[in-house]
Amino acid sequence: MFRRIDGGDNGTAGALSFDGQAIPFRAGDTVAAALLAAGVADVRDNPVDGSRRAPYCMMGVCFECLVEIDGRQNQQACLVAAKPGMRIRRQAGARLLPEGAL
Amino acid sequence: MSEPWDAVVIGAGPAGMAAASTLAEGGVRTLLVDEQAELGGQIYRAIERNRADPALARILGPDYLKGGMLVDRLRASPAQLALSTLVWRIDDDLTVWTRTAGTVAAVRASAIIVATGAMERPAPTAGWTLPGVMTIGALQILLKSARLTPSGRLVLAGSGPLFYLFARQCVAAGVKDLTLLDTAPTRQMWSALPLLPSALGGEGWRYLTKGVKLLAALRLARVPVYRDVRDIAIEGDGRAEAVRFTTGRRAHRLPCDTVGLHEGVIPHQQMTRSLDVAHDFDEAQRCFRPRHDASGRLSKPGIFVAGDAGGIIGAEASAQDGAIAALSALHDLGRLTDEARDRRIAEAGRVRRAHLTARPFLDRLYQPRAAVLDPPDAVTVCRCEVVTAGALRDVANKGAPGPNQAKAFLRCGMGPCQGRLCGPTVTAVFARETGLDPAETGYYHIRSPLKPITVGELAGAAGAVEREG
Repeated sequence: MFRRIDGGDNGTAGALSFDGQAIPFRAGDTVAAALLAAGVADVRDNPVDGSRRAPYCMMGVCFECLVEIDGRQNQQACLVAAKPGMRIRRQAGARLLPEGAL
Repeated sequence: MSEPWDAVVIGAGPAGMAAASTLAEGGVRTLLVDEQAELGGQIYRAIERNRADPALARILGPDYLKGGMLVDRLRASPAQLALSTLVWRIDDDLTVWTRTAGTVAAVRASAIIVATGAMERPAPTAGWTLPGVMTIGALQILLKSARLTPSGRLVLAGSGPLFYLFARQCVAAGVKDLTLLDTAPTRQMWSALPLLPSALGGEGWRYLTKGVKLLAALRLARVPVYRDVRDIAIEGDGRAEAVRFTTGRRAHRLPCDTVGLHEGVIPHQQMTRSLDVAHDFDEAQRCFRPRHDASGRLSKPGIFVAGDAGGIIGAEASAQDGAIAALSALHDLGRLTDEARDRRIAEAGRVRRAHLTARPFLDRLYQPRAAVLDPPDAVTVCRCEVVTAGALRDVANKGAPGPNQAKAFLRCGMGPCQGRLCGPTVTAVFARETGLDPAETGYYHIRSPLKPITVGELAGAAGAVEREG
């Protein structure tokens, strides 16, 4: 649970969607910041034990904020700037294979 | 492949910004690459947006605003910036492989400066994978980059300068329900005391004064502090709901909404490890750092390390460190005489040293506690593959010689973070179990790609190289 220090609302720069839910954001927000600001508690399930995971380091080292962004899986939400109309999806389990990571 | 750069600097924090400015001002074609969308690294994160914002400037304090000078100098220099750009591989011939918005490219350089900074020391704790638990660095990044503060009951647990600084910033930002769990063993204060007199020299007294002021402000604001905190366990059903801990013989349980953990910072070694250069274990800072000479030169020709990536020195010393590496590179590239190099490096070195006088005192005072380096059996060490400290001890006692064998047996370090958040703990646990020191125990072999690159992205790059070739 987070609030903006000015007490203002979250949505001055547009909105993205998270599993269909509209998430307003401000200029400068990363996808992870926008989700946390909107009260999203967790963004993926760990593929090994199914436990819920949420952004942890916010600087690109922990990979806990992996989500699907506009159809591309395994994107680090803390490193991607929020843009209007972005479609974010919760990542459940391991990445699907066809695109194949090295 | 695009035409070669004289110098490629990786990381736009204080070391990288100072290095890139110095190189570009020295007349060499310089590219500064950073994975983030904005300049500043983590310490000066979002400085260009925030510097003109009086509310945030008041909360974050004057040291943060110093980043503005580095940014101004860089913007005025002819250095070219590549932001939102990942470096995922460096070849021995100084080819730097990048990815920007899904497009892979390879650039050649005559000199490379790795300024990838620090990361927070992993703080394995029961329940640390629960949503609602973040690092204190992460909470501070949310404040700097999105003006967000935790809105419910906040518990900050840990030690080190950032722990107190962020607590103070929370108070200034109007966070109402804040409790501090200070994990620094009180006895460490006594063992650090002999180092205090020399810490007051140079600029050291400013760091110590800042610390004293922070603590006084927290007392004045009546922020509850538990000291000598041990046995921290975060519990909750699907998210953090309470923190259990002990002080002395007393057990406590605090309901909470957000938990921030912090146990100091260590060099982010992923990139230097991938270069296959020697890393030494720094006993005072309890972490590995890449072996380099006084100007940051690594054993790989043409590659330097600068700032916290080469050993924790802090923002101001890092900026001087970046300049020193850049001056050496300029000399290598034939743009500086011996005399000019030596004179300017000596100047930067004096400032750098002045900012390091308090470092041995702080390193001793905030030495990581035993439970962070060697957590209880039930605690998850590898968050990605969910591997506990007990499982690691088990393979260590069955004769697995070190971290790379543990990786093969347990998959620890093979998840998406590629060992960043478990590597330091795995080394520490193995060292304790085998009786070897951390240097002998070693660390994961880190190979490129440093972050996952898809076959599609690589195929795109191959196509581009073929068309040009």
